[in-house]
Amino acid sequence: MTAADAHRAILAVWRIEQPRLITSLARLLRDVPLAEDLTQEALLAALERWPATGVPEKPGAWLMATAKHRALDHLRRGRMLERKHRLIAWDMEEEQQAMPDSALDDDIGDELLRLIFTACHPRLSRDARAALALRMICGLTTEEIARAFLLPEATIAQRIVRAKRTLAESGLAYETPRGHELSERLSSVLEVVYLIFNEGYTAARGQDWLRPQLCNEALRMGRVLTSIAPHEPEALGLLALMELNASRTAARTDAAGEPILMLDQNRALWDQIQIRRGMQALGRARELGGAGGSYALQAAIIACHAEAGTAGDTDWSRIAGFYAELAAVMRSPIIELNRAVAIGMAEGPEAGLEIVDRLMHEPALKSYHLLPGVRGDLLHKLGRYQEARASFEAAAALAGNKREHDLLKRRAAAAADATMS
Amino acid sequence: MKFMFIVKSDHSVAPTPALLEAMHKLANREIRAGRMLDNGGLMPIAEGAQVLIIDGQLSVLDGPFVEAKEVIGGYAVFELHNKEEAVAAAVEFMQLHKDYLPGWEGTCELRAFAPGGP
Repeated sequence: MTAADAHRAILAVWRIEQPRLITSLARLLRDVPLAEDLTQEALLAALERWPATGVPEKPGAWLMATAKHRALDHLRRGRMLERKHRLIAWDMEEEQQAMPDSALDDDIGDELLRLIFTACHPRLSRDARAALALRMICGLTTEEIARAFLLPEATIAQRIVRAKRTLAESGLAYETPRGHELSERLSSVLEVVYLIFNEGYTAARGQDWLRPQLCNEALRMGRVLTSIAPHEPEALGLLALMELNASRTAARTDAAGEPILMLDQNRALWDQIQIRRGMQALGRARELGGAGGSYALQAAIIACHAEAGTAGDTDWSRIAGFYAELAAVMRSPIIELNRAVAIGMAEGPEAGLEIVDRLMHEPALKSYHLLPGVRGDLLHKLGRYQEARASFEAAAALAGNKREHDLLKRRAAAAADATMS
Repeated sequence: MKFMFIVKSDHSVAPTPALLEAMHKLANREIRAGRMLDNGGLMPIAEGAQVLIIDGQLSVLDGPFVEAKEVIGGYAVFELHNKEEAVAAAVEFMQLHKDYLPGWEGTCELRAFAPGGP
């Protein structure tokens, strides 16, 4: 076994125990960032010791004892108030006595929820929240997070250190939101989970596997959230949205890695089991009265596609209805543009164009290439080729990435050809 | 990466309540950690059936069967980062058998799912 193999094997054992380590330490120390440090220290200790001694028969107990030892050391070294120190030391004895034979007897649900809320605190930037969540909830190493986000390891390390300092200095190291604050805080959590998912989802295939792996990490967080907070409809809505989007993974690129648009995908490659899981989560969100939530509505739209046997079977008027609801919740002109596409499919290009033309002076869409892109498509369908060409040219000029730019240029050329004939 | 764990044994020892309880707790923890996607214990082959093709002939064999030497007793599906994590999870699972069902012998086989797509 090489050193790298041993490292991976030890990391694997540590990952099983990581949620319990960090939650137990957080409860003990009343300090999530410190608990995170000590959980990492336990890993380092194992990496130092186990290659020589072998993995102990009860690795969880070893890691926990080591981490608790360090916690006590930390308290002794630290400038903690004597009273608090005594209190915690007493807690610790109590805890150790009460510690069951099997580590399996620990119900960490509430503590895990606190951990997630702390990692995703709205006081932190979205990037910092994403890095902390991957580290504290999924047990990813700094190096793995850096590779997944295509950033230098030092950048991620710094992000994590700063975020933990912010939490500690703002007195947010150990608290759980309650009441009305809970829903605001939950949306901050869901936002980060979805950000992580999309970061992985937009990654092309064939790159470093860790990037698409972000989708799985986000799905995992979604499963964690919905199992410890099973009555939150938006958490279920987000899980549904992620499952339904992820179900198309195998169909999204061709053999050369080029993206295939949803309507052109081979639906036989869509993962029906995953679709079913997504539909179940969406069903539960609706049962809980969450049908009108923004994630549930987005999931409902994807569900319409998932349920259509062929692209031609798509129920566009139903999709347009969901977009109208979504626009009322989120008030984004991009959603209105999507609704225009759905209306264009359901009622014909004329009706879609009417909506798009109303959006042409929307300041938020001024440099959004898909606005003239969609307009060009609708004009082309109406046989207004010259205007279509101008729209596609305008869209190409705004497109940020080369692949999209080239596609829009090709469409402009096709419209020009149609003018000739 | 998705893995299937398949537990096989030629010991037809019924699991003790203590083992069942420990496995139940382990499964709950892994489900809550978002790692385990599915699991299940299987009834003996005597209560199942086999559909086979031999020499181009399709036939249905309904029990009772002569007990096969090695029987699949259960399975679980995990979403994990790599094979090392699968091994670590299987070791922990088998350790429970060692602790709570002395004398039992068996295998937990772990297999990665084939990747989907073209």
